[in-house]
Amino acid sequence: MQAKKRYLILVSAGACLVLLLFLGGLPVPASRRSQVQRDGHRPGPRWPRFLEHLQPFVPWDQTESEGYIAHMSARQKRDASSGLNQGRRCRMDSCFDFSLCAKNGFKVYVYPQQKGDKISESYQSILASIEGSRFYTSDPGQACLFVLSLDTLDRDQLSPQYVHNLKAKVQSLSLWNGGRNHLIFNLYSGTWPDYTEDLGFDIGQAMLAKASISMENFRPNFDVSIPLFSKDHPRTGGERGFLKYNSIPPFRKYMLVFKGKRYLTGIGSDTRNALYHVHNSEDVVLLTTCKHGKDWQKHKDARCDTDNAEYDKYEYKEMLHNSTFCLVPRGRRLGSFRFLEALQAACIPVMLSNGWELPFSEVIDWNTAAVIGDERLLLQIPSTTRSIHQDKILSLRQQTQFLWEAYFSSVEKIVLTTLEIIHDRVLQHMGRSSLMWNNHPGGLFTLPQYSSYLGHFPFFYAPLGIKPQAKFTAVIHAVSPLVSQSQPILKLLVAVAKSPYCAQIIVLWNCDKPLPAKHRWPATSQPIIVIEGESKVMSSRFVPYSSILTDAVLSLDEDTVLSTTEVDFAFTVWQSFPERIVGYPARSHFWDANKERWGYTSKWTNDYSMVLTGAAFYHRYYNYLYTNYLPASLKSMVDQLSNCEDILMNFLVSAVTKMPPIKVTQKKQYKETMMGQTTRASRWADPDHFAQRQTCMNKFASWFGTMPLVHSQMRLDPILFKDQVSILRKKYRDIERL
Amino acid sequence: MCASVKYSSRGPALIPRMKTKHRIYYITLFSVVLLGLIATGMFQFWPHSIESSPEWTLDRRSVHDAPLVKLPVSSPIPERGDLSCRMHTCFDVYRCGYNPKNRIKVYIYPLQRFVDEVGVPISSTGLSREYNDLLSAISDSDFYTDDVTRACLFVPSIDVLNQNSLRIRETAQALAMLPRWDKGMNHLLFNMLPGGPPDYNTALDVPRDRALLAGGGFSTWTYRQGYDVSIPVYSPLSAEVDLPEKQPGPRRYFILSSQTAIHREYRTELERLKEENGEALLLLDKCSNLSQGMASARKRCYKGQVYDYPQILQESSFCVVLRGARLGQATLSDVLQAGCVPVIMADSYILPFSEVLDWKRASVVIPEEKLPEMYTILKSIPHRQVEEMQRQARWFWEAYFRSMKAIGLTTLQIINDRIYPYAARTYEEWNNPPVVKWSSVSNPLFLPLIPPRSPGFTAVVLTYDRVESLFRVITEISKVPSLAKLLVVWNNQNKSPPEESLWPKIAVPLRVVRTKENKLSNRFFPFDEIETEAVLAIDDDIIMLTSDELQFGYEVWREFPDRLVGYPGRLHLWDHEMGKWKYESEWTNEVSMVLTGAAFYHKYFNYLYTYKMPGDIKNWVDAHMNCEDIAMNFLVANITGKAPIKVTPRKKFKCPECTAIDGLSLDQTHMVERSECINKFASVFGTMPLKVVEHRADPVLYKDDFPEKLKSFPNIGSL
Repeated sequence: MQAKKRYLILVSAGACLVLLLFLGGLPVPASRRSQVQRDGHRPGPRWPRFLEHLQPFVPWDQTESEGYIAHMSARQKRDASSGLNQGRRCRMDSCFDFSLCAKNGFKVYVYPQQKGDKISESYQSILASIEGSRFYTSDPGQACLFVLSLDTLDRDQLSPQYVHNLKAKVQSLSLWNGGRNHLIFNLYSGTWPDYTEDLGFDIGQAMLAKASISMENFRPNFDVSIPLFSKDHPRTGGERGFLKYNSIPPFRKYMLVFKGKRYLTGIGSDTRNALYHVHNSEDVVLLTTCKHGKDWQKHKDARCDTDNAEYDKYEYKEMLHNSTFCLVPRGRRLGSFRFLEALQAACIPVMLSNGWELPFSEVIDWNTAAVIGDERLLLQIPSTTRSIHQDKILSLRQQTQFLWEAYFSSVEKIVLTTLEIIHDRVLQHMGRSSLMWNNHPGGLFTLPQYSSYLGHFPFFYAPLGIKPQAKFTAVIHAVSPLVSQSQPILKLLVAVAKSPYCAQIIVLWNCDKPLPAKHRWPATSQPIIVIEGESKVMSSRFVPYSSILTDAVLSLDEDTVLSTTEVDFAFTVWQSFPERIVGYPARSHFWDANKERWGYTSKWTNDYSMVLTGAAFYHRYYNYLYTNYLPASLKSMVDQLSNCEDILMNFLVSAVTKMPPIKVTQKKQYKETMMGQTTRASRWADPDHFAQRQTCMNKFASWFGTMPLVHSQMRLDPILFKDQVSILRKKYRDIERL
Repeated sequence: MCASVKYSSRGPALIPRMKTKHRIYYITLFSVVLLGLIATGMFQFWPHSIESSPEWTLDRRSVHDAPLVKLPVSSPIPERGDLSCRMHTCFDVYRCGYNPKNRIKVYIYPLQRFVDEVGVPISSTGLSREYNDLLSAISDSDFYTDDVTRACLFVPSIDVLNQNSLRIRETAQALAMLPRWDKGMNHLLFNMLPGGPPDYNTALDVPRDRALLAGGGFSTWTYRQGYDVSIPVYSPLSAEVDLPEKQPGPRRYFILSSQTAIHREYRTELERLKEENGEALLLLDKCSNLSQGMASARKRCYKGQVYDYPQILQESSFCVVLRGARLGQATLSDVLQAGCVPVIMADSYILPFSEVLDWKRASVVIPEEKLPEMYTILKSIPHRQVEEMQRQARWFWEAYFRSMKAIGLTTLQIINDRIYPYAARTYEEWNNPPVVKWSSVSNPLFLPLIPPRSPGFTAVVLTYDRVESLFRVITEISKVPSLAKLLVVWNNQNKSPPEESLWPKIAVPLRVVRTKENKLSNRFFPFDEIETEAVLAIDDDIIMLTSDELQFGYEVWREFPDRLVGYPGRLHLWDHEMGKWKYESEWTNEVSMVLTGAAFYHKYFNYLYTYKMPGDIKNWVDAHMNCEDIAMNFLVANITGKAPIKVTPRKKFKCPECTAIDGLSLDQTHMVERSECINKFASVFGTMPLKVVEHRADPVLYKDDFPEKLKSFPNIGSL
């Protein structure tokens, strides 16, 4: 008993002790922690609070200093500064003549090619891209920017592409003018052993669009950093990014990979030589080979044999596709091909190239698509990449794809991006904002002259937290004279005007007959504006008329048959998809393998890729884009044929959105009118008409460099469409009635 | 506390029976223990607070207590700033180290009073109020460290805000005397008024080696991009005057010019503009009849009429900020504070914090040469943009201009972002005002992508014990061509799933996962077994969907991979009588939700549901065994800003032998509970994220007069 009691008491005493230690002890580690904190970042002596009233840093009467006013005119002062700041200190203010761009806008002149000048393939592509762009002018008198036809891409003296005597050739150009308003493209400069960034001739006041440019030599807001691209880089179109879907979790087989040459000695070799420290042959696979050049064995170091052996074990493509991050260390020069390869492969680039001014850094926020590392902190790179959250990886990866497709996938895109960056500087306050450059669909499709307000574009509603206007403008394309009161156009006018969402109706009078008298138009609650087409051409239906005040445009043919209900329903659908074409009659494209070309079909099929603009809603920005983005060659083709304008519009919108248009359900009778009848019927029944459309498709696809159209298998119907429920419950009941 | 309770509860029963000796022994033991406890308590709480007090209460001192340091004439002078300095050449990144918080540590030198050999101080003002505020703000922030060995960035306490009050040579010598100066490596100087008459350099003239410069008024020629930080010129009025935020919109004046020291050529230009455009312009100058000092800084005049400054700025849409002797103007701060859109005309000026702020959204920058065209240029800006700019301008002031603290900490954050670029603040974080942050959405699946058909989808069937119905569902789904895998989530802990041999034989892999608890959330767990991007969530009693319907649903999902694509649609409505949200399952013309009893969605949303669901929604769902689908709809709509897509016509979701979701939904209490869920979730999300639409997706040829056998999806809508 005694023992048991004692035992019990001992236990309870023990329990008390433990409790005591626990209670009393808890704060002990806490205080120890504060000790640690004291060692780490002690909250300790902070900046003292002073008793006296301190003086302000600037006296009240001196907040604006006036001393300078008298002695110099403002212009003199500006000129003085620009005189001082030339050459390496060039800026737009001091080395660019804005007045050349004031008259004719941003026009680019390319010097005619002289016989005997050899021009590399890449430079040919660059020149062709400029000549094919809407900025091109063949008249130097109109130009604001000049591009040499002398190949300046490769300025490595040891290279076979090196052009000799460039200095003299450049100086002899009559329009050279000290390089003012000239743009010089360059991919490689300097040579072994020091790889300087000097081009070997005096560029004067010319701007550089140069790959691998260093921050020290980069003249901000004057030069443009471009990516290094290979001679196989496609001229137009270009491959899409490799990302097909967003896998969750976003990690791939490897965490970080690299496979490339190692130079052993000399400039830029340190980082690659040190890579083996972080290589773990599991999820961090960094492979180097010493084999390059003829005499690599001479410089061979102790690691070369093991490195070379390891190097051959892995296949580069396999690594590229299966890694979350790809290391992009500098080579001899700052930029390397790995950069674009990683970007396309949706392998998030980890930059290890101190001092490299990243491509298009003036406009692209690279922190959203790459990890910018520091060569000095190579050993931290694995832990840094591991610390990046999955959500961030998901977003970085998608951004690589967006940037690749928007700015890098073809030579044309690289060149246009370069030109648009300079264009933005010329436009000054009207230039694109960072949001336009870094969000889908990117700067090349977002033309700032359309509006400086982001809310006027169809792309930024979500990031700005706003909605498109709840009204539309109908634009009816009239080609036949008004003879009877039962003409479809009049019915159409009445039906459209009845829609509560209709703000105004524009009749585009593209008919040779004079305008009908005002009273001949039906009386509608919404204003009818009649615009007489000046040139009466097809493209004029997509002109961004200033009288269109709403975000949404309802484009109509004169013989379109639509009921108010259909208009209302299509408009509510458009409000959910303001960046797409939403409409009624749909068509499809297909690849004709026999003829090796694109085919066009108007047959009823299970999918579609175009919605005809004879009855479709779209954002008015596309009118602007159609008129100002597309080249004159395509538009004039449309005008000459009086056909294909709708196909071209679909190409354009799908190229921007990368998405199919949206077809909404339609009343049966409309389909029949689309297949035959009325004035339009002649046009549609004409076999030439169909053949033309086939030709158009192929012409357009070749200009875009790719087929932008995307198929869809669905149609949007009202929720209760054809459901077995009382028709009275249905909001859009007219669509079902015959 | 606990010890004494134990003592009293056990003591009386035990003590009387003990021997005295033992009793004394135990009592002593317990007293010792008790005493120890009290002592520990005392030590922990009482003396500790005394000890810590000097650390926390503020040290109130006089500036004159700061030690006096005499600078010998021969003391070394640093080199002039190196224009080629960049972070990778002139900044020692090793000092910043690897740091899980990705935060740099900033050390402030203690205050010293530097004098030359004859005892004249190096600065006429000494420590200014503003610099003192700045240093206090840094020292109160979590950038601060007082441990010089751990610091990554050093901030001298020598005040160089205003170059005019400095003796340049001596200030430079003082800098070089700082114990850790080391050629200015990792040192940060703050300067707002650089240069001096007559030609006003745009960067601080004090030689400073490699030190970083946070300067107000850099020009493109002196600013070392990516190294220096361009900061605003602080306006003392910011603290003096409280201007409440004004709603964006049109103002009494269109353009206002309030600066007093404008070049006379520019004033002439402005006057000409005023003549042309009359009342739209207000051209103010200083008041000639007022005495100097504070009062005159707060008044502006036009033709004898006196206006209060800066209040008058709120009366104009645009406010001119022209270069003065210097490029940086304190007026910019006043203008932003007033929510007036600054029209900045100062060629080659590097705008404050331009490394991170998108000034195109808050200001108009016009070349000085184009001053005569200013009116036309500004008139061409759309009204809505002007309003956004007004809001943006005010937000910039509030976040980055309003105090020395804001200016100082923003500068440090910018440097911090350079050192840890992968953890840098985003464009949106820097630039979106709270209103926009709140209303905008940034879809995590933002890339426009139509995933290929081939990986197919994984069907996830949540089941408890309806084995027979489950097997029928499995058999039905297995007919869908794009099915890649079937995952059965066995939510019954008391019963094992049927033996393998009993399951239907299907062509794709079938996996059964057993859960630990019978929770509804289990259906949304991002199981590793789900290897496809697309998930079909399906209840174990949904046997009425045809293979065509399911395949079509998958095709629609491919076109909208960031949305919920489902079959039964539902709607939320505002009940005006009750003043709250109501759940609606009737035959309506609108939908805002699709039930996850049969819906396709991206696996990412499983991850979001499981790990990122706001508030206590997940627990609420598990506790009520209901509304997991509503929660999913809220989650997806909130993060993408998009409505779900209902596919194919409505069916009676009922089967003869089971009570399907619709059957259950008819139950009145069920409906009430669902309504409650909507209200609960809306309050947790702080908004109603659901979007209402009036469309559903059908196959292109649905109900069209077309041979059925030629349709891809003929069997749609059969009952």
